[in-house]
Amino acid sequence: MISINKLHKSFDTNHVLNNITVDFSRPGITAVLGPNGSGKTTLIKCILGMVIPDKGDIRMNGENILGQWAHRQQIDYLPQIARFPENLTTEELIEMVKDIRGEEIDANMLIDTFELSPFLDKKLGKLSGGTRQKVNLVVALMYDSPVIILDEPTVGLDPVALQRLKKLLKEESAKNKTILITTHIMSFVEEVAENIIFLLEGEVEFDGTTQMLRDRYSGDSLEESIANILVNDPDPDL
Amino acid sequence: MYRVLKYSIYDLMRSRWTYIYSAFYFLFTLALLLLSDDMSKVVISLMNIILFLCPLIATMFGIMYYYNSREFTELLLALPLPRRHIFLGQYLGLAISLSVSMLLGIGIPFITYGIFGSPEIWNFSMLLVTGTFLSFIFAGIAYLIGLGYENKIKGFGFAILLWLFFAVIYDGIFLLAMSYFKEYPLDKFAIIASILNPIDLSRILILLKLDISALMGYTGAVFDKFLGSEIGMVVSMLTLVLWVVIPVLFILRMARSKDF
Repeated sequence: MISINKLHKSFDTNHVLNNITVDFSRPGITAVLGPNGSGKTTLIKCILGMVIPDKGDIRMNGENILGQWAHRQQIDYLPQIARFPENLTTEELIEMVKDIRGEEIDANMLIDTFELSPFLDKKLGKLSGGTRQKVNLVVALMYDSPVIILDEPTVGLDPVALQRLKKLLKEESAKNKTILITTHIMSFVEEVAENIIFLLEGEVEFDGTTQMLRDRYSGDSLEESIANILVNDPDPDL
Repeated sequence: MYRVLKYSIYDLMRSRWTYIYSAFYFLFTLALLLLSDDMSKVVISLMNIILFLCPLIATMFGIMYYYNSREFTELLLALPLPRRHIFLGQYLGLAISLSVSMLLGIGIPFITYGIFGSPEIWNFSMLLVTGTFLSFIFAGIAYLIGLGYENKIKGFGFAILLWLFFAVIYDGIFLLAMSYFKEYPLDKFAIIASILNPIDLSRILILLKLDISALMGYTGAVFDKFLGSEIGMVVSMLTLVLWVVIPVLFILRMARSKDF
């Protein structure tokens, strides 16, 4: 669905993405992992066109999407930090996104899932961090787009909301959607993701299924395997 | 773009600063009209306020709006909209809100005082036209500075400095140059230098319209000869339009390659 070829991006002298080539076409949810500053968010923002890469190309369904905007109609995106215009209420924000995307959709099911009904008429600036993240999730997921990109979706969520998010993601994944997630919570990755892309200093260090990662970087848990990537030099033949 | 514009205006209408700005103009105009029955004097007093305040408020409000609406911009950037629509929509929303605040604040008291039946209507219109131009020009420049500086302190500092340059420093340099080169014919220099500063240009346009350019002595006569003529008027208006268009072109250019 999305393929990235030889992507480079630097901010001043900082090479954030260094010759990244990945293909997000395997079935199931893909977790993009890596330490802080490894380029996860930059990679995602390049797909969305929010960050403009220096070199390389990004294709969606075979079409080059660099400098384009229409492909965003097919992407549901959850930004890392849930910040909204503070003067709008939750309901107005949802209506605004519907209006701008120009698609009529019923967001009520998601509003119920994340128990947001009591907050619909509250101004976004007055909401707590967790509630704002739930609004963020509703706004991101209310469309039935073939691509879903979630940047740190678990931040600030209570256990109930987290359970519901996992269930929701599994349902969406069953519809053969391309789903990308970045997170630092390994238990979350273990539960939902089938594929892992591990970025380290702007390069792809690992690209494969969770099982392959475990086999290659032997560890009892995913967290251990990931830690092994950072400390060991793996055997390239494996 | 229309939808971005709609929500930008909607967002700004919720800001209390929009109302404070409008209320200030309303009260000030009302007070002037109560103190003096001569509308032409009120127009001159207001001119001084508009030439000072419109650029200042447009600059400050513009840069504040850019930084405060960053999250809104990021939200829009992830939606299926071309970048130029997002930035043009936000800029126009800002400039239109500022202009409407000013027009309502000044217009309502004048209308209640019967400006439509008064011969001052054209001078008054000129005042509002230049006020609107200045709001558009300085909002654009401020928005451009916001795009150029990620650091808010730097952005604010630079924006204030730019306003200070056009409102005060420019005239100082202009006067110094005039006195230093007084041995030379300076009429062309004076006209060009005035056109290059939108605040000066607006001031001269209003003074000429008020027909008090004689008060400005020799310079007034030179300006009257050039800017009072039809060609002069067209040139000045075109220059003001260019002052609006050029920053907008830079905004669009900068927005195309900026990372968020």
